[in-house]
Amino acid sequence: MSQADSRLRNLDRARWRIALGLTGVMIFLYFGFIALVAFGRPLLAIQLVPGLSVGILLGAIVIVASWSLTWVYVRWANNVYDPAVRALLESGR
Amino acid sequence: MIQAAGADSAIGQPNAIAMAFFFVFISITLGITFWAARRTHTTEHFYAAGRTITAGQNGFALAGDYMSAASFLGIAGLVSTTGFDGLIYSTGWLVGWPVVLFLIAEPLRNLGRYTFADVLAMRLGQTPVRIAAAVGTLATVTLYLIAQMVGAGGLIRLMFGFSYEHAIVLVGIVMIGYVLFGGMIATTWVQIVKAVLLMSGALLLAVLVLARFGMSPAALFAAAAERYGSEVLAPGKLVAKPMDAISLGLALMFGTAGLPHILMRFYTVPDARAARKSVFIATGLIGLFYLLTFILGFGAMVLVGPDTITAVDKGGNMAAPLLAELLGGTPFLGFIAAVAFATILAVVAGLTLSGAAALSHDLWVSVIRKGRAEPGEQLRVARVATLALGIVAVGLGITFKGQNVAFMVSLAFAIAASANFPALVLAIFWRRYTTAGAVTSMATGTIATLVLIYLSPTIQVDILGHSSAWFPLKNPALITLPLSFVAGMVVSLLTPEPAAAAGFTRLERQTHLGLEPE
Repeated sequence: MSQADSRLRNLDRARWRIALGLTGVMIFLYFGFIALVAFGRPLLAIQLVPGLSVGILLGAIVIVASWSLTWVYVRWANNVYDPAVRALLESGR
Repeated sequence: MIQAAGADSAIGQPNAIAMAFFFVFISITLGITFWAARRTHTTEHFYAAGRTITAGQNGFALAGDYMSAASFLGIAGLVSTTGFDGLIYSTGWLVGWPVVLFLIAEPLRNLGRYTFADVLAMRLGQTPVRIAAAVGTLATVTLYLIAQMVGAGGLIRLMFGFSYEHAIVLVGIVMIGYVLFGGMIATTWVQIVKAVLLMSGALLLAVLVLARFGMSPAALFAAAAERYGSEVLAPGKLVAKPMDAISLGLALMFGTAGLPHILMRFYTVPDARAARKSVFIATGLIGLFYLLTFILGFGAMVLVGPDTITAVDKGGNMAAPLLAELLGGTPFLGFIAAVAFATILAVVAGLTLSGAAALSHDLWVSVIRKGRAEPGEQLRVARVATLALGIVAVGLGITFKGQNVAFMVSLAFAIAASANFPALVLAIFWRRYTTAGAVTSMATGTIATLVLIYLSPTIQVDILGHSSAWFPLKNPALITLPLSFVAGMVVSLLTPEPAAAAGFTRLERQTHLGLEPE
C-alpha cells in the first residue's frame, strides 16, 4: 500500500469517527428527549415563564440542535476534509 | 379579542379564490413541465435532472419532497387538539435529517447513478441485490403513496368540494403529467415551488397568530394553558407507552435515511459537496417549518378551538385551514387550500419517480436485460413505469377510500428503516458484507415489518376490532431494525465472498472521486 493510500485511509477513518460521533450525539439528544417525555413529566410541566414549559423549550432545542449539528459537520467537511482529500489526490497523480 | 370561529366556515364549499390559486399553481407547474420536457432527452435527465441542480435548489426540493400534507395539516391538527403531545411528532420528523447527512448523502452521491441499489450493486451480486432493493423501494413507495392519495382525496373534497374520486383522479393526472414529460427536472421545480409556498404560507399564518399575542409565543402558550389547563403544555396520554414512542422514534430517525424518493434527490446535484450543503439547507427549512407548527397548532387551539376543529374533521386535519380562514378570511383559506394541494402533488411526484426508477433501472435494465438495454430503451421503460405507477396509485387511492391509512406512513418509515437503511449502511461501511447477507437483511426487514404490523394493535385492535393484539408495539422498528442488522451480519459472516470484499476496496476509492460520467 502506498503512503498516499494509507493517508487516505486515515482520513476516511477520521470522517467516519466524526460521522458516527455526531450520529451518536443526535441519538442521545432525541432519545433523551423521548425518555424525558416518557418518564420526566413533572419536570417538563414546569413553566419557566408563564406559558413556556420546559417540555416546549426542550422540543424547540432538539430541533435547533439538530440543525446546529449539520452545521458543525458541513463546516468540518468543507474546511478540513475536502482540502485534505484534494491535496492527497493531487499528490498521488 | 379571542373568539372561536363560527360554524359558518367556507370549508367544504367550492371556493372561487381557492380555485383561482389552484389554477395559477397548475398553470405555472405545467409551464415548468413543458420547459423541462424540452430538456429531458436522456436517462440522466429523466432520473437525475442531468445532475445540474444546485445545492440551494436541491435543499428546497428535498424539503418540498419530504414535507407532506400529513406534516402540515396533520401535526398542526394534532397540536391543536392535544397540545404538547403533537410537538413530539414535530421533533421526530426532523431528527432523521442529520443522520442522512452524516452517514448517507455523500457516499450515495459518489457511489451510485440513479437509485440506492446502485451502491449495493457496485460491490455485491447485481441481480439478487437489485431485486431485493427494488422490493424494499416499491413497498415503501406504495405504502407512502396510498397514505398520500387517500389523504389527498379527503382534503380536496373538504377544501374544494370535489367528490373523493374526482380529487384522486385529478391528482393522478396532474402528477403523471409532471413526471412523464418533465421527469426529475419538472419534479424538482414543482417541489421547489411547493416548498416556497408552504414556507411562506406557514410563516404568514404564524405571524398573524403571534400578532394577536404581542408577538410572544409564551403569551400564546399561556393563553392555551389558561383556557384548556396547563396539561396542554406537558406530556399527556399519547405517550402512556414509552416503548411505543421509542419505536416510532427509531423508525422516523433511521427511516428518513432509507426513503427512496429522498435518496434519489442526491443524484441530481453535481457532486458530494453540493449534496452535503443541500442537506444542511433542507434541515434548516424543515426545522423552521416544524418550529412554526408549535405556533400554528397552539394558535388554532386558542383562536379556533378544538371542538370546532374536530367538528369539521374528526382527525383535526382542518386546524390550519380554519385558522387561516379566521385570520385572513376566505382569500387566505383559498391560498392555504392551494398550498395543501401543491404539497400533495410534489410528494406524490417524487414518490412515483423513485418507484419508476426502481422498476426500470433496477429491475428492467439491470435484472431482465442484464445491463444490455438498447439506447433510449431505459427512458421508454421509465415512462411506461411512471404511467403504470400513476394508474396504480389512483386505483389504490380509490380502493382505500374511507379506510384509516394514517398508519401507512409510519409503516413506510418502518420498512425504510429496517430494509433499506441497514443494507445501505452495511454496504458503505463494512468490508465483510456479502450478497447473501444483503438479501437476507433486506428480506428480513421487509417481511418482519409487514408481519409485525399485521399483528400489532394498529391492525388487530383499531382496524379488525379485536380486543387485544399479539404484538404490543404500534410501530415495529424497535425489533425489526436491529433484527435486519443482525441477520445481514450473521449471514455475511457465514458466506465469505472475496469479490464483495474486493469491491469494497474499489468502493473506498470511489467514495472520494465519484463515478465517471456516462
